Amino acid sequence: MPLLLEVSDLEVRFDTPEGVVKAVNGMSFQLTEGETLAIVGESGSGKSQLVMAIMGLLAENGSASGRAEFRGRDLMQMTPKELNGIRGRHIAMIFQDPMTSLNPFLTIEKQMIEVVMHHQRLSRDEARAHAIEMLRAVRIPDPEERIRQYPHEYSGGMRQRVMIAMGLLCEPELLIADEPTTALDVTIQAQITELVGQLRKQTRMAIILITHDLAAVAEISDRIIVMYAGEAVEIGSAEDIFYRPQHPYTQGLLASVPRLDRVSDDELQAIPGNPPNLLELPSGCRFRDRCSQAMEECLQRPPLWVSDDGRKSRCFLPMEGGRITHEDRPNEDAA
Amino acid sequence: MTKPVLRVQDLAVTFTSETGGIFRRKERQLRAVDGISFELHAGETLGVVGESGSGKSTLARAILGLIQPNRGRVQWMGEDLTGLEEEDLRQKRKQLQIVFQDPVASLNPRMTAGDIIAEPLWTFYPNMERLQVDERTRGMMKMVGLLPNQINRYPHEFSGGQCQRIGIARSLVLNPRLLICDEPVSALDVSIQAQIINLMKSLQRKLGLALIFVAHDLSVVRHISDRVMVMYMGQALEVSAKTALYRRPLHPYSNALMKSVAIPDPKLARALRQESWLTGDMPSPYQRPKGCIFHTRCPYRVKRCEADLPALRRMESGDWVACHRAEDLDLSI
Repeated sequence: MPLLLEVSDLEVRFDTPEGVVKAVNGMSFQLTEGETLAIVGESGSGKSQLVMAIMGLLAENGSASGRAEFRGRDLMQMTPKELNGIRGRHIAMIFQDPMTSLNPFLTIEKQMIEVVMHHQRLSRDEARAHAIEMLRAVRIPDPEERIRQYPHEYSGGMRQRVMIAMGLLCEPELLIADEPTTALDVTIQAQITELVGQLRKQTRMAIILITHDLAAVAEISDRIIVMYAGEAVEIGSAEDIFYRPQHPYTQGLLASVPRLDRVSDDELQAIPGNPPNLLELPSGCRFRDRCSQAMEECLQRPPLWVSDDGRKSRCFLPMEGGRITHEDRPNEDAA
Repeated sequence: MTKPVLRVQDLAVTFTSETGGIFRRKERQLRAVDGISFELHAGETLGVVGESGSGKSTLARAILGLIQPNRGRVQWMGEDLTGLEEEDLRQKRKQLQIVFQDPVASLNPRMTAGDIIAEPLWTFYPNMERLQVDERTRGMMKMVGLLPNQINRYPHEFSGGQCQRIGIARSLVLNPRLLICDEPVSALDVSIQAQIINLMKSLQRKLGLALIFVAHDLSVVRHISDRVMVMYMGQALEVSAKTALYRRPLHPYSNALMKSVAIPDPKLARALRQESWLTGDMPSPYQRPKGCIFHTRCPYRVKRCEADLPALRRMESGDWVACHRAEDLDLSI
């Protein structure tokens, strides 16, 4: 599959009253056409800021460096006008809370048609027919009627479907979804997961899913990036991450959640401690304070292991089938 | 068997709101909790699960008298709490405490951790010696895994998980016999949730607390509970022993909830995706379905379900279910 997005050495910094916070510290990854990539991390891991930087949507006190090439064109170098031509048309983004992302004063019709008319130069009737078709695709019942309603007349799950339908309107090549199911009930989560799973099969659209919940993406991702304190600690296929996790943080995350498919009354294997403050990062490995396998070496920056099939782990522990890359110059640490 | 410490009978909470224009004002009623009954023993944990709008948080608050129930009784150690005067109820609260969902928002940002934990002592034991209060506070901090030398720090200096530990210490400082936890871990990071769940479980064992654990996360609830109540639109559809519920749920809704939980295993998750689960959304609480409250979404509904409301009844196993078809459905997971 051809390459769609190539991110290299992306850094995101925020100027705060307490000092400069490096929210993302040198992330590199690739995404091919039609691929579903999940970026998993806890709060403060930098997962959302990473995509906000790519989309040119950082807050005022934020700045980014590095490259993010979308079909060979660097999004980071684009003018706001050029970016506007990409966002919505080629890359669509949906957010966690569907209520706050929809305008409560406008009907769904108005909000959907505006996007299409802006990007695709369709007539109002054509745009409307297209919008109804998309609502039907995300299984909104009775879309001809419901398109005339306001967001508050929709349930939470239906609003998130509308957001997805809006994202799909211009048939983007990439859909970025930031915690698309977190605010929803389990039964509705399952419906949205199934919907995304179908879109993934039926279209050639690539998807980036950002989430704190590993379980939520098990079924629908091809590859997974696990982030911790602004860095990717492990990258691998869904099978690699779930069945053969290499990094102690990934292992810890998987072991710490109670599971419905396994019976256990034992104590959960919690990861001790708390995620680090990005202003006071430990030297060397950022996870070492909480790691059950920490060693003397971990005071140094850990090497990046890479295998031939693109699997990566940043740790002193050797990675199965991997070798240490020498391209990875030790970054100066933020501490 | 010993006598239950808590007995809730036919508890109901109805919220009334006004709707319509100025000239057509109408009252409409929302039955948030609609006739809930259960018993709880010392040292036992009852999990309460349900989707948002199922009434689980309202139930928690109504048991403590934080919301006035419209009907029913809450008996604590044989005494009816619903009829108590404000001051008597306040005194009872020494024994009945609650931990809230958002650990940061539920702590006063202008008070130190020590003051937050000690505050219930000041209110209930105004004559307690300063030194004694201090000692008790430090002891509580140690018990929940905080460092006693953090006693003078403010909430913003703690992480989310630590704030929840402060909340737990505060709720336990009066030596309660019943602790109600309303989504105590859902606002926490995944790596921290397990710490707090382990802490609650060990504290409960150590102190012999009766625990009501309200949550939407079925995996977490299973881990911590002895019995689980499944709520839907204010009603209990099933109250079963944990092992029974998660192996063979009696109610189609319990079954659907369980099948909706994401499994952290790609192959298994894809294999199970064949199964069909719940379609549609919960009906509007203002337009409650007739008959069984769940029939509009139930794949197993028959004619009878649309007309008759099934009562919560006891099965041979000792578990409770409100479904006409409980005997002839096999919903084994």
